[in-house]
Amino acid sequence: MAGKKNSGPLHRRHILRAGLAGAGAAVSSGVVAADFVPAATQTPGKPMSTYGVPSPHEANVQRIVGAAYPVASPGTGSSRTPLHLLDGTITPAGLHFERHHNGIPDIDASTHRLLIHGLVTRALEFTVDELLRYPRTSRIAFIECAGNSGVNGAPQPPQTTAGAIHGLLSCSEWTGVKLGLLLDEAGIDSRAAWMIAEGSDAASLSRSIPLAQAREVGILALFQNGERLRPEQGYPLRLLMPGWEGNLNIKWLHRIKLTDGPVHARDETSKYSQLQPNGIARQFDLIMGAKSVIIRPSVGMTVPAAGFYEISGLAWSGHGRIAKVEVTMNGGQTWKEAELTGPVLPQATCRFRLPWEWDGKAALLQSRATDEKGNTQPTRAALMAQRAPGQIYHYNAIQSWQVMSDGAVRNVHV
Amino acid sequence: MFKPLVVAVALALPVQAVCAAETPHLGKPPNPELLKAWDISIPPEGSGLPPGRGSVVEGAAIYEAQCVMCHGAAGAGQPADRLTGGIGSLTSPQPVKTVASYWPYATTLFDYIRRAMPISAPRSLTAPEVYALCAYLLSIDGIVPKSAVLDAKSLPKVKMPNRGGFINVWNSSSAESK
Ligand code: HEC
Repeated sequence: MAGKKNSGPLHRRHILRAGLAGAGAAVSSGVVAADFVPAATQTPGKPMSTYGVPSPHEANVQRIVGAAYPVASPGTGSSRTPLHLLDGTITPAGLHFERHHNGIPDIDASTHRLLIHGLVTRALEFTVDELLRYPRTSRIAFIECAGNSGVNGAPQPPQTTAGAIHGLLSCSEWTGVKLGLLLDEAGIDSRAAWMIAEGSDAASLSRSIPLAQAREVGILALFQNGERLRPEQGYPLRLLMPGWEGNLNIKWLHRIKLTDGPVHARDETSKYSQLQPNGIARQFDLIMGAKSVIIRPSVGMTVPAAGFYEISGLAWSGHGRIAKVEVTMNGGQTWKEAELTGPVLPQATCRFRLPWEWDGKAALLQSRATDEKGNTQPTRAALMAQRAPGQIYHYNAIQSWQVMSDGAVRNVHV
Repeated sequence: MFKPLVVAVALALPVQAVCAAETPHLGKPPNPELLKAWDISIPPEGSGLPPGRGSVVEGAAIYEAQCVMCHGAAGAGQPADRLTGGIGSLTSPQPVKTVASYWPYATTLFDYIRRAMPISAPRSLTAPEVYALCAYLLSIDGIVPKSAVLDAKSLPKVKMPNRGGFINVWNSSSAESK
């Protein structure tokens, strides 16, 4: 079960066995042992560095960049996390997916301001230095773009990697100031029910968010995985709404306006609304549903021969913790509960694993997540029946991978 | 050394000193000019719409100069989003979502063009230019007449064809526990 460039465990085992055989031959043929001493043990290594980078042998582990308008607006589009080349649950900051609506602004934190105004007792303006003096909180949370996996809505299943299909999903530890703390300092007017969050990018991207929930769970994130936010993740300040649509986790956050109702911004009317077959669109469907995807194996990997493998993947839900992930190897005839590698945190990705003895015959692999609130991942057919043709937001249907008898993996709609 | 300072702070800020024990209270009243420049959100009622007015004819000229290269003649699209047409297509096998066929409020069009377009020079248009562009784009499908002039009063009154086409699922489901 190896990617083209990444040797999987089987290949390694194979090499190991070949190595042992070689060692035996060496002893019997009298070749000097020095030939088997690893070169790296014979030369002093490189000195320390100020900021580490991945091994040059892992150069293929990169975000999958998709420019929506390469000429008209190169900064509008997305890049996806290469989920199929990673393991565990935390996404390295440099591989966190991106979705920008007019590029990444270059912001000097010393000039950045956060404004809180509207239906408040006193409007407030903060510098980033001031925000850095506030008490901080940390939590691990995924961010998923509402358009993630939408390509699976197409009639023909895309034959691309798990990262290319599902990689508008990443998970990090975020640290910052509780939004509620600053809202309370500003004093919430009793008429306020929503807030508009706005970024200081070239889209001035803005979204309306229900105020009570924002006050309760919102975090003004300053740090990601221990370091200050990357520019493409909103440096110096982003809104974190754990489990909510990625688009409203506003990057480069500079303004929060308390209002009595939603502003009906372009990104909550024209986009990020879901047209149903009856012509009526669901608006403000804000929380990401229960979802899982098998990542090993998936398209682009080959299962080399019958034998033992570990099936593994990610599961997550915007509604809370993942309660269980069931896996089928026979297209749903029988399901087995996978092991969840802890800790299983709310609104965070969790890794599921299940041993699999492959008999070398075609097998249809699927995973189905259920969260602690009882939300279960729908089948593709059930999800598509609720959508008008071509509508891609909040696609959380069960992913089906067909392992062919030659070990190749295909994306299939069942 | 310390004592007089504490007394001075307490005297100068009696109200804040009361809550200072719990949270830092470092925010300052914003500069009113900054607040005015930043507050560009326009809700459906149109509050906050700036003074000025713009006509269909003026909008057509601005569109030809600053928008047509990305949105095509009369908003037909390519290379960027299609802005016009598609009215009545939402229940068809190929729904065409455009400003004309899908957007529920004309105020969103003003809000979005002013903040984000043209994408190569956002926030460069004046308020009359944005009104004019709204008037022109909405006139293409007959949502406003060719003689229309839009301003803070008339823009929120424009009835978009798909005004009734959305349900706020947050409001209708927020009673549920999930
Ligand atoms: C250089 C190319 C370019 C120019 C010039 C341009 N736009 Fe755009 N426009 C875009 C792109 C790209 C998007 C999509 C942005 C996104 O998805 O974040 C867009 C989106 C829009 C939308 C929203 C469409 C939708 O369905 O959500 C409107 C309305 C719009 N533009 C109006 C204008 C107007 C009016 C002008 C002229 C003042 C203009 N644009 C000039 C590239 C351009």
